[in-house]
Amino acid sequence: MHPAYSVVFFTTATGAGYGLLALLGVLGGLGLIAPEFWLGLVGMALSLGLIAAGLLSSTGHLGRPERAWRAFSQWRSSWLSREGVAAVATFIPAGLFGIGWVLMGKSGGWVAIVGLMAAAGGVVTVCATGMIYASLKPIAQWHSRYTLPAYLIFSAMTGGLLLNGLLRSFGAGSTAVLAGALLATLAGWGWKLATWHYNDRLEIPTTANTATGLAGGTVRSIEWPHTEENYLLKEMGFRIARKHSAKLRRMTQVLAFAVPAILLVIAFALPWPFAAAASLLAALMQFAGMLVERWLFFAEAKHTVTLYYGR
Amino acid sequence: MTCLPAQTEKKLGLVIDLDTCVGCQACVTACKEWNTGGHMAPLTDIDPYGGRVDGVWFNRVHSYEHTTEQGGRTVNFPRSCLHCERPACVTVCPTGASYKRASDGIVLVDENKCIGCKLCSWACPYGAREFDMDVGVMKKCTLCVDRIYNDNLATEDRVPACVAACPTSARHFGDLGDPASAISHLVEERGGVELMPELGYQPTNKYLPPRARTERAAKVDAPALEPIRADGGFLGWIDRMLSN
Repeated sequence: MHPAYSVVFFTTATGAGYGLLALLGVLGGLGLIAPEFWLGLVGMALSLGLIAAGLLSSTGHLGRPERAWRAFSQWRSSWLSREGVAAVATFIPAGLFGIGWVLMGKSGGWVAIVGLMAAAGGVVTVCATGMIYASLKPIAQWHSRYTLPAYLIFSAMTGGLLLNGLLRSFGAGSTAVLAGALLATLAGWGWKLATWHYNDRLEIPTTANTATGLAGGTVRSIEWPHTEENYLLKEMGFRIARKHSAKLRRMTQVLAFAVPAILLVIAFALPWPFAAAASLLAALMQFAGMLVERWLFFAEAKHTVTLYYGR
Repeated sequence: MTCLPAQTEKKLGLVIDLDTCVGCQACVTACKEWNTGGHMAPLTDIDPYGGRVDGVWFNRVHSYEHTTEQGGRTVNFPRSCLHCERPACVTVCPTGASYKRASDGIVLVDENKCIGCKLCSWACPYGAREFDMDVGVMKKCTLCVDRIYNDNLATEDRVPACVAACPTSARHFGDLGDPASAISHLVEERGGVELMPELGYQPTNKYLPPRARTERAAKVDAPALEPIRADGGFLGWIDRMLSN
């Protein structure tokens, strides 16, 4: 599948944004992170900023972005529509939570309720994003039980590292948050390795035989209907990643999981300014690593239409 | 709505005979010619006379070599929308632009609602949908809705353009939901198959596999070619002179 940069950035940024929003909503709403104006303002601006930037970026790959509002209408059948509805609906409790927790400096009571609602909205939106991919049968690497949990784990992981970086920067570092971020990173690493292991051993029942209805023997493409690459090949026949996939997978592991994990351990051992620097660097490196991971997620996925072209 | 109709009154579709298709591309050009002025017009061409030709087509003919124990043969394979009974291209559509008609089962795109998110083309395993980069919307085969119900055409012309154009009658049009229709009989007689049945899209269009080989054909042994050897002597000299 062609990895459109707008969609790669969109899924990575909103994943991190909703992860951070959900953590702030739960921990801040329940008073586990004490309301503090600047910390709250930066945290909410960061999470809502990532979400808004991601959503805006996602309209970048539309052919007719001026009609994007229509995408809220088909939530009964379409995961993409559900994602849009959930994404926009989440802004309401998130905004109220921002008013209560950041501007009014409150936690508990109604602030806890809207905080939990914002967290739930974030989880639902990330689930919908994951299901857009997990529901596509023609792409076996996506249509698997690994896809939806991956989106949730990566959202919690990138959001957790952002929260840890935020708290450390404001001198409000919490061992529990750091430990949680580290555990989420290790869980994400394990899940990604398991996903690759699964995908590399996939036995896809759809073949050139079933695609053409020609039973038995071999079906070899001897002539395409066109001489140049068409929309199908440009969008669905992307092949560059398969050439470099081993290298890109190593890059993902180093940037998104290994280095952030080491930096988090360092942050645990060091005093304030260094712990903050290590935590922020970990979050940044992981975001960059997740962009590579998401690029690979698209680029390594193989669509059944490529069978018609002998690819 | 992009929810699917529980059932459709008719299941209009095509049956394509892989035994008789000669890969002449007449259906491809007839489709392009009709539809670039039809319901989903235009079928944009990008750089049509340049080195990077691209454009929207609803029908593409591939050629394959099918090799089995009985030997190999060339199979020409027209590929277009199969108007599935469970079309995920419709249900994934976030705007309601894609829909399946309850009356005849035809899958269509409302160009005025399409936002060009391309998700429907990802959801189609058959590559039936092609994005029009110029207009910014998705396009697909309409089963020539603007021909098959067109009172301005003679009755015999009220078939999809690809069917009308096929010189070997490899393409058939009709109601596959009616077991008594000629096209349903054809499918039954020839053992018509669905493409990628394992994905569960339940395509309406069916493909008739090539007929089994027979040993009835006459053996035609070509005579051995004469050796090409330069003649010597007077005639050889004349041959060389006249060849100059």
